[in-house]
Order: sequence, then C-alpha cells, then structure tokens
Amino acid sequence: MSELQQRRVAAGAGLGLEIDRDRPLAFTFNGKAYQGYAGDTLASALLANGVDVVNRSFKYSRPRGVVAAGAEEPNAIVQLGASEATQTPNVRATQQALYEGLTARSTNGWPDAQRDMMSLIGKVGGPFMPVGFYYKTFKAPASMWLTYEKMIRKAAGLGRAPSEGDPDIYDHVHRHCDVLVIGSGPTGLFAALTAAKSGARVILCDEQERFGGSARDSDETLDGVPAPHWVAQIVERLAAMDNVTLLVRTTANGYFDHNFVTLHERRTEHLGDSAAMTGGRRQARSRLHRVRARHVVLATGAHERPLVYAGNDVPGNLLAGAVSSWIRRQAVRPGERLVLSTTNDTAYRAALDWQAAGGEVVAIADARANPEGAMVERARAAGMRIIAGSAVIEATTDRKGHRVNGARVAAVDIAGHRIDGSIETLVCDTVASSGGYSPVVHLAAHTGVRPVWRDDILGFVPGQTVAPVKGFHPVGAAAGVYSLGMAFDAIAEHLPAALAADGIALAPSAPPQLETLAQGEAVGLYHVPHDKPTMRAPKQFVDLQNDVTAAAIELATIEGFESIEHVKRYTAMGFGTDQGKLGNINGMAIAARCLGQTIPETGTTVFRPNYTPVNFGAIVGRHCGELFDPERYTAMHQWHVEQGAAFEDVGQWKRPWYYPRQKASGERETMHEAVARECRAVREQVGVLDASTLGKIDIQGPDAREFLGRIYTNGWEKLAVGKARYGLMCKDDGMVMDDGVTTCLADNHFLMTTTTGGAAAILEWLEIWHQTEWPELEVYFTSVTDHWATMTLTGPEARNLLSELTDIDLDREAFKFMEWREGTVAGVPARIYRISFTGELSFEINVQANYAMPVWEALFAHGDQYGLTPYGTETMHVLRAEKGFIIVGQDTDGSMTPEDLGMQWCVGYNKPYPWIGKRALTRSDTRREDRKQLVGLKPLDAEVVLEEGAQIVLDPKQAIPMRMVGHVTSSYYSPTLDHGFALAVVKGGHKRLGERVYLPMADGVTHVAEVVSSIFFDPKGQRQNL
Amino acid sequence: MTRVAYFDPHPAPTVPRQSPLHHMAEIAPTGDVAVTLREHAFRDHLNLRGEPGVLASAVESVTGLALPLEPQQVVFGDGTSLQWLSPDEWLLIVPGGEGFRLQRELRKALGDAHFSIVDVSGGQTLLSLEGEEAISVLMKSTVYDVDPRHFPVGKGVTSVFAKANAIIRRVDDTRWELVVRRSFADYCLRWLLDAGEEFGIAFQRAEHEVDAREAAPAGEAEMTT
Amino acid sequence: MFYIYCPYCAEYREEEEFHPKGQAHIARPLDPMATSDDAWGDYLFFRDNPRGVHHELWVHAVGCRKFFNVTRDTRTYAILETYRIGEQPSVTADSVSTGSAASTATLTGVQA
Repeated sequence: MSELQQRRVAAGAGLGLEIDRDRPLAFTFNGKAYQGYAGDTLASALLANGVDVVNRSFKYSRPRGVVAAGAEEPNAIVQLGASEATQTPNVRATQQALYEGLTARSTNGWPDAQRDMMSLIGKVGGPFMPVGFYYKTFKAPASMWLTYEKMIRKAAGLGRAPSEGDPDIYDHVHRHCDVLVIGSGPTGLFAALTAAKSGARVILCDEQERFGGSARDSDETLDGVPAPHWVAQIVERLAAMDNVTLLVRTTANGYFDHNFVTLHERRTEHLGDSAAMTGGRRQARSRLHRVRARHVVLATGAHERPLVYAGNDVPGNLLAGAVSSWIRRQAVRPGERLVLSTTNDTAYRAALDWQAAGGEVVAIADARANPEGAMVERARAAGMRIIAGSAVIEATTDRKGHRVNGARVAAVDIAGHRIDGSIETLVCDTVASSGGYSPVVHLAAHTGVRPVWRDDILGFVPGQTVAPVKGFHPVGAAAGVYSLGMAFDAIAEHLPAALAADGIALAPSAPPQLETLAQGEAVGLYHVPHDKPTMRAPKQFVDLQNDVTAAAIELATIEGFESIEHVKRYTAMGFGTDQGKLGNINGMAIAARCLGQTIPETGTTVFRPNYTPVNFGAIVGRHCGELFDPERYTAMHQWHVEQGAAFEDVGQWKRPWYYPRQKASGERETMHEAVARECRAVREQVGVLDASTLGKIDIQGPDAREFLGRIYTNGWEKLAVGKARYGLMCKDDGMVMDDGVTTCLADNHFLMTTTTGGAAAILEWLEIWHQTEWPELEVYFTSVTDHWATMTLTGPEARNLLSELTDIDLDREAFKFMEWREGTVAGVPARIYRISFTGELSFEINVQANYAMPVWEALFAHGDQYGLTPYGTETMHVLRAEKGFIIVGQDTDGSMTPEDLGMQWCVGYNKPYPWIGKRALTRSDTRREDRKQLVGLKPLDAEVVLEEGAQIVLDPKQAIPMRMVGHVTSSYYSPTLDHGFALAVVKGGHKRLGERVYLPMADGVTHVAEVVSSIFFDPKGQRQNL
Repeated sequence: MTRVAYFDPHPAPTVPRQSPLHHMAEIAPTGDVAVTLREHAFRDHLNLRGEPGVLASAVESVTGLALPLEPQQVVFGDGTSLQWLSPDEWLLIVPGGEGFRLQRELRKALGDAHFSIVDVSGGQTLLSLEGEEAISVLMKSTVYDVDPRHFPVGKGVTSVFAKANAIIRRVDDTRWELVVRRSFADYCLRWLLDAGEEFGIAFQRAEHEVDAREAAPAGEAEMTT
Repeated sequence: MFYIYCPYCAEYREEEEFHPKGQAHIARPLDPMATSDDAWGDYLFFRDNPRGVHHELWVHAVGCRKFFNVTRDTRTYAILETYRIGEQPSVTADSVSTGSAASTATLTGVQA
C-alpha cells in the first residue's frame, strides 16, 4: 500500500480546501479497495489513487479516464451499489461524493475496464467502424435488427437496472416561490441575496456538493475576502432567512412552461448505499421538487470546452479547469508533467496550480499569437515556457493506450485549418486543454428557446422565441457575461425592476466589491489541425461519451447531411445523458466549417430534459406500490373483502367481480362455477349487487326537465313525479356516449344515474352545456355518487325478502316497475327504485352511505330462507347481456347511434328542441343501412364462448385479408340457456337475423354462429313486472 | 306541485353507522409526533348552489354565518363552517343531524327563488391535520401553494391531492382541514400517513363527535310545495 | 405545465386542476335541423390550428368547475389572457400583430 493516494499532494496554502484528511474513507472500484477522504468525489479519489482508466468507450471500447470535475463529465460514468438491490446505473463519478464503503464499477468493459475484451473489436473494427456503421451494417434483414440491437447494447454497456426491489423510497414536494435561482456561483448568490433581502420567497439550488460554483476555485477577492470565504458568508446569511430555501446537491433538470422547474435533490446519496432510517422512520433517498416560480434566475455558469486534437481521449487528457478544481478542492494533482493547450487566459490557472502543487509544467501551447494578460504574466514570471500561436495537435500514448506519454505541439493556422512549420514532441503524462467556455444554456433551451451565437464571447447564449419567456433571467456566464463585475451590475440594476413588474418590491442592493485579474482576448479554435488530413489522422474526439470524432462529422457532411439535427442523429453527437455538454459546440463548429457556413448559420441542436439523469424512483415518488393509484371503495367494501370476493377494477373503483365459495371438496370455486351459481340464484331466487359505484347526479331547478329533454335522446316532459325512465345520451355527432336511469323526485328535482366510468365526465358534460350554451336555463347539478350507497336486490324472491324489512308497500300495483318510493329499510331512511338491469324483479335500495352496512347486513340476516346470494360484476354482465342490455363503452365505441343499437324506441324525433345528437342522426352517413348494428350471436356449438373482439366474416373461405364485417362486443356462457352467447356489431346486422356468420380465430379454428335478436331471455320482459 | 324532495337520512341512534375510515386503526407512533390527523366523521355536509344575491341573507339568518363572497374564503362558526367553492356554490358543514333541519329552514327562507341544496353528508368526510409539520405533509400532497404567505387562515381551496382531489382549508396557524370524498378517503388517509412518516404522524378519531340524531325524528321527509 | 389564471377563482392555479376542452367560441347552430350537412360537419369536426394566437375553452375541473376561455400563443405556450364565458377576448391575432414588440429587457446587461 505504499502507493496509497500517491497523487494526493501534501497540505499547503490553497490546496485541498474541501477535504478532511482526518476522515479517511474506504471504497472499492472494480473490486479493488482504495482510500480517499471526506470531501472527495469518487472521481477525485480515483485520481488520487492513480486510477487512470475508469471506463471503456461506448463504441470503440477505448480506455477512458476522468476528464472533467462536474456534470459535464463524459467518461467516468459508473455503476454504483454495494448490493444488487442498490444498483444505480450511469452515475457520474465527478458528481458522486465519496462515502465509507462506496462500491462502484465501470459501466463499460468486460471483464473490467483495464482488461477489456471488447477492445479487441475496437482495435480491429475501429478503422472499419465509420459513422453510420450500425445503420449500414446491421440494416438487413430488417427483422434481425432486434437481435443485433441486443448484442450491440450488451457490448456497449449502458449500465444496468437492479434486478431486485429498491430498498429506498423517493418522494415529491411541491414548491412555489417568487424567485428560483439555479446555480450558486457568485452571480447566483448575489441574485438570491438581492431578492431575499426584501422578503421575496427564494429558492437557491446547486447541483454540486456545496455552494459556490466557480468561486470555489477562484483567486478573486469579493468584499475584501477570498472568494470561497465570501461564499460561506453569503450562504450563512441566506440560511438565516426564513423566506429562503437552500437546496444543495440539487440539480435543476427540466425547465417547463410558465416557469415550472423540476429539481432533483440527492438527499442521502452522499452518505451511503441506501438511505438510513431516522428514528425508525424511512427517509426519502432523493426528492423531486416540483417548483412553480414567478421568476427564474439562470445562473448555471459555463462549461469549459476541451480542444479537439488527435488522441484527445487517452487518459491523461484533462480539462484545464478540472485540474485546478482537483488541486484546490481535494489536493489531487493528477500527474507529474503537464502540457497545457489553451485559447484563453483563464486556463493558465491550471498550470499555475500544477506548479504550486509541486508538478512540472513542461510547456503551455497558446493558440494566440500574442498571449497577454495577468495570468499569462504570472506564468512567465514563474518561468513557464509559453509557445505562442501553437496547440497540442496530438497526445501520444503507450501501446495499451492507458495514459498519455507525450504531446506533439505545432504552430497552427486557425483560419487555414492547417499546421504551420515543424512539430515538436514533448514528454509529459498529462495534457490539459481549454478551448474556451460554453454558457450552460440547456435549461433555457428546454423552454423551446433556441440559443443564439455571440461572436464576441465565442459561444451560444439563451435566445428569445417570438416573445420572451416571462420571468426568465439568464445572468452571468450562463448569459455570456464572463466579467463578474458586469454580471453583478446587471443584477443590481435589472432584477428589482423585473420583479417590481410582478409586485415584488426589492430594495436596491450594492454589488459586491471585486478585485479581479485583467484578461486577454480569447481566440476561437474548435478543431485543432493535424499533419494528416482529418480522415487519416488518429481519432480526434468531439463527443467522448458517444464516441463521435471530427472525422465522423466530416464524413456525415460529405454524405449529404446538411442540417445539424441530421448530423446529430447520424453521428449520435450529444445524444443520451450527455446532451452535448462538452462536445456540441466543437461539433457544430466542425460541421459549419465542412459545410462552408458560419456557426450561426449552422445553428445548434436542441437540448432536452433531463439535464443529467434522474433515477426512476425520484420521478415516480410515492406514487408506487399501494399508493400507485387511488382505489375507490364503496361503503360495503370491507364486507366484500371479508367474504373473499375477487375484485375487478372499474375505473378507480374496486368492485366485487364474483364471490367464490368453498366447495364441499374444500376447493374454492372457479370463476366459471361462481358466476354460474350467482346467475342461477338471481334467476331462480334472489341476489344482491353493490351498485354504489353508479354515477349519481342531483338535478334541481325549474328548468331541470327541459334540460333533460335537450341532453337525452328521449322525452322527459311527461315523466311524472315518482317515476323513473331509462335515457340515452349522444354527443352532437349522434353517437351514444352514456346511458342510465333518471328519476323524477319532484317537479323541479331529478336524480340522474350514469355509468360507473362516466360519472365525472357526464357531470362535466352537463355543466359545459349549461354554462356555455344554455346559461338561461335555471338548473343546478351536484354529484351525489358517494353520498348514496346502492344495493340492487333482484330475483323472483326480491319482494318477499324486502317486505320483511321495509315499511313501503311493495305490492305490484302500489309500487310499479319504473317507480320509486321513500321509506325505511331495516330502520334506515331509504329511497327504493324499482328498476331492473337483470330482467328480474328488482329493487334498488339507496341509503346515506354511513348507514349502508346495517341495511346490507339486515338483508343477509333475513335472506337465508330466500337463498339470498351476493353477486358481482361478472354475473351482472351475463344477466344484462342475456337481456340484450348494452354497456356503453363495451358494446359501443363512440361510433354507434341509438338506431345502430336497435334502440330507436329511445329516440324522440318529435321533441320540439333540437336535442344533442338529433341533427347528426339525419346525416346521410348515419342513415346508411350497412352501418354496424348490434345483434345477438348464438354459436352453433353450445359449448363455445366466442372471444370478445373476435372479427366476423361472411365467407370463411375467402383469401386473407378477409373482409371483416363486425366484431364480438360481449360474450359469455349463460347458465340459464346452458349455451354460449354473444352480443356483436355486424354490418347491416338488423337485416341478417337467421344468417350464419363466421369467426376465424388465430389458432386456425373457425367458429360458426347464427345472427339472432340481441335479447336472449324473456323477450317480452315479463319477469321484471312480477 | 312538489318542487323538491328531500328527507332526513338519519335513522334512530340505535342504528350503527360507519364513517368512510371506520376500518382504519388509530395510530400513535413512538417518538416525536409532529403531525396529528383526525377524522371528524358524521358531520352533516350541505352543498348550496345559487346566486349570492339569492342566498346571502337567508343563509346568514338560518346558519348565523355570513355567506363568503370572496373566492377561496371560508368562515368558521361554533362547530360549523361555510366555504366558497365557486361563484355559485358553497359547502356548509354542521354538526351531524342538523342538516335536515337547516335545509328545511333554508328552503323556507328562500321560498320560490332558484337555488339548490343537496345533502352530501354520506359522500365525504372531514379530516384535520395539526402540528408543526402539517404544512410539510401538505407540500408533499398537493400542487396548491400552502405557504402561510399565500394561504392565510380562513382560506379554503379545492385542488389536486396526491392523485385524488380534496378541499383544503386553514383553520388557524397550525390546524388545517381536508374534505375528501368517501370513496377516496382510504387512499387519502394512507397517502397522508405515508407522507407524514418522516415527521411522526398520529391518526385519531375525533372525540366527542356530536350525535344530534335525536334532534330529528327518524325518517321524516319533506316535499317542498 | 401551465400556470393558469382562473377568472372565477381570481388566482393562478396549476394545470393539473384544469381540463382543456378545445377551441373556444364554437357556437352550436341555433337551428340545427335547418343547417346543411356541410355546415353541421364544420361545427362538429373542423377546428382552427393556428401558429400563434389561439382561443381555447378550459374548465377548472378540480376547482370551481367553471368553464372559461384561454388565449394562448401556440408558438411559446404563453397564456396571453383568460376570460369568462360570454366575454370576448381583448387579445387576438390581429391585436398582437399590430401591437408593439414585447420588451426584450434582460439581466445580461450587455445586449446591444
């Protein structure tokens, strides 16, 4: 263990500000044990231990190392988790805080990233795997693509989901604020403080382990103190304000309409493999904050762009800024001998920090002819060799490609895209590069705003659509303002005014006092020329995550891809979790050069949510398991559960489907046996159904009757108080949308019932017509679905049983079919409706739901001698289908008129008002005689129960594809008829009674059925009138 | 001519009753309890609809509560409350058993005007949520902004609650009320208990629920003429 | 996720509380039976799909249950106004095209 943390440098001024050397942490990577410190990221800890190869690349399987220090990292994407259940794929090692016992593996590489077998393919296949390789190679036969894809994906290694259940929970919190500040660099902190001081509700979030952003690595002085100290002071002030919510380790992942932003807070990911219980209570591992902000301040800063040169993907090629971050934050100097290749001043900090941390700076290749600026002068003063007008054109490597071993440096002619003069080879183990900075415009782009190019800053900034997004304020580097002073001034000047327009008064806030360094002009260099043409030079990577090279982009343009969106799709540049953070600008610039265009002419691709991956747990929150979806229960639900009912989901309702009993043999009845028994009970004795789920709407007002006449197809003007009537509702296109029985309770008072599934929609339907078309009608609608518990007592013995429990005169003359009465049942005030959905003598008992159980139990207490049997929805379906009663949504599909259903008896063509649906029923199409019409089907083989949905043909011998004339809508076995039977829709079916039709099935069997009336049982309806 | 039919749905007090949450056991967690959830079952809930000008004076004279005319306004009385639901809709909650008498008196006071009164007592139940973390529980449950700066005492809204709906209202600094539909009550309660777990949440049945059923004889019916 | 001002509740509410109901100001012909098949088909099935200002009918379904109108820019999804049933919009495609360009003030402080 002599090499323990061999790249961790000794403590010193400005080194390792964020680690605690007194808190060593053990972790494993690819099965090997390492040690780091509290304050490390997994990436910095790996670098401290000299782990150069952390992964294999996606397509070519090349060894890859850590490149960046933040969310933009393309290579160090790992599989995290010490157990199967806690596996988390695609975690960026640069964003993962180290904790004791952390266990990670490379996402790519088999058996591991060091000894990767797939790289054999990469090496052999590399030159033969040009862009579009998969499209071109695996395109035929098309049916094989699924097979190819599986192999390719396995080889590519995209991380894997755990195969066991997640032990953790995740949740959501809804937040609202005046100002959401995304990013806690100096501009974000100042904006948050400016807003918060005046009492506005502020949320400040930052994706990193701590607040501060660029100030964490800054030499600048704010308000007289070093930048990291200033950060601590401001954060302390904000934390003390009760109008401020501070969210660290919280990524703003999506920016949606009207300033709705999703924030993914990693609450325990930095502490351990799984969230610990707190006091025996579960804590959410991560949390999704759904934030509605009035204003969004986008202070997301900028990402450094790497330079695109040959061999730029070999471990040891780093972003200049990342080098500074590791040295300053974690005292990790990831090499010995550095060559820096830069286009700007800021990157010089990497060389200065490298030297301060005891490393050797071999040379600085600066693409500018005359570098000047405070940082450049410091480097010169420190004795560093600066090679002006040049760049690293190639990083060389050993045979394995595991680490840089040299840099080829040459003078470059940027405009001519060629090298100028001789090439010098420098011995080094590290090449740091900086091609400038790209404002992080991803979130702005989520709103649909295309970024716009700014030549003065050599980058894209958030643009405007046809109108500005209200309350959206990009600031600082995210807006292309790299001068901190100017960024502060802009916030101080404009933020109060912007918020004042929304009634949020801000006191003026003085910008922090700054001491900054003078900077020289940067130069734009996106693709470093090589001594060989791009196509023949060693690979120059543009997008490291997706293995897209400069040559691939050139080839794409040569092959005719001219739109940047097409180039993106052809090459995969900026795909997936990367979303083009490092490579997009370089790639677009290369495409622009190849196409002879400017960058603005070429444009950008679209960045989409999520900015970085979000685990599914956080997206789902607590809407999983038992809380996945509401389960609606009736007042009798517990009774059904106790009886062992099987349940059916009807919308969100849980309805008893059937009640299997234990047979004499000790076995439970099958569904078929239970349903047959329940059907016989209703037809021969008496059954009871929990019908509480039926939609019920109370309708009051002097125009209630008129309203019903307009909304239903049939007439209501003559329905007397005390009577009920079945009604059909159509949409204005003439198609049936709902049905149900409506009762006249009093002259101005009706109770409408709707289908279980249609209750909410029908209430809205009534309201839309009342509110938008007929506001003059005096009528009000109120849902009473949940208020009434409804029990359908049905069967020949229904009257005898009920008469034992009620004070209502049930005599067939005193209480006729389609009437209602009020009284008590088992001592509970009730309304009873004498309506029938089974064809048998039926009484629907309605009581206030709190009193349902005493009534329900009283029925059973008295029901034994009558054979009272509870029945479920399946029996209800069989019984109603035997009677030819439709279920809207099962026997109809939005294309059936009342006449198609044979229900013209329910259409009042002579009603004075042109009711909803009437006009459409006279259109030529709705008058066609060959429309699909509802009929009964009787299979010739009594044993056959046709499949619902089975297609019907007239000639079974015709060639495939056969001409289909309809389909089965409902099909059951009838215990009463001892025969399978079905309802179906058949073209011109009403005129086909007695004909045979055929139902060819997938297994080759063709069923034969006779078209019959849709009423199979008691066609004269005598049984319900007993 | 009978205009509207309504009746007293309450049977004699000897008849047992079941609240929508009757099957849920009370919960008293060990450790800190930062939220207490109670079911206030068996209140009478009346849905009132009409133009404010039609209802205001009758409602005030019968219930003693001023009809709230501002959106999202709710007024509380002694065991009673009256909440604005829409420009022509209010929710009146009174002690159990008083609904029928109030409906009769309201109908008498309103006479021939166009309005609607609907007893919805069996269809919903009242919950209270009390404690320092009540707001945190609500923030995990509803898209509505429950921050005290935006949701003062005396405000009440109908909004999304988890994947169901609820009426949410603020009674005082630490006490909130929810009105949930009967069929969704089990889901809402389980959601609340889950959301409150991290803070410590207790579930109780409210004590001393008034059973005013004796006040009205069982089965009394009314046909307004 | 829209943030919609309900003109009846007089405050902004989350989109989850609302249902969209299609194009606004579609009047049912007063005498349907005297309406031609073509005109009836237009009323039933044909709707505008403008790029830009569009008037829509929405309902505050989980809220006051009132229907109201929303004027929305289909390019930006910005809601330009909401107004009650029976009222006419004050913002229309015409009024927007002739109006002054919206402010482009930003906090960047460096836009020319």
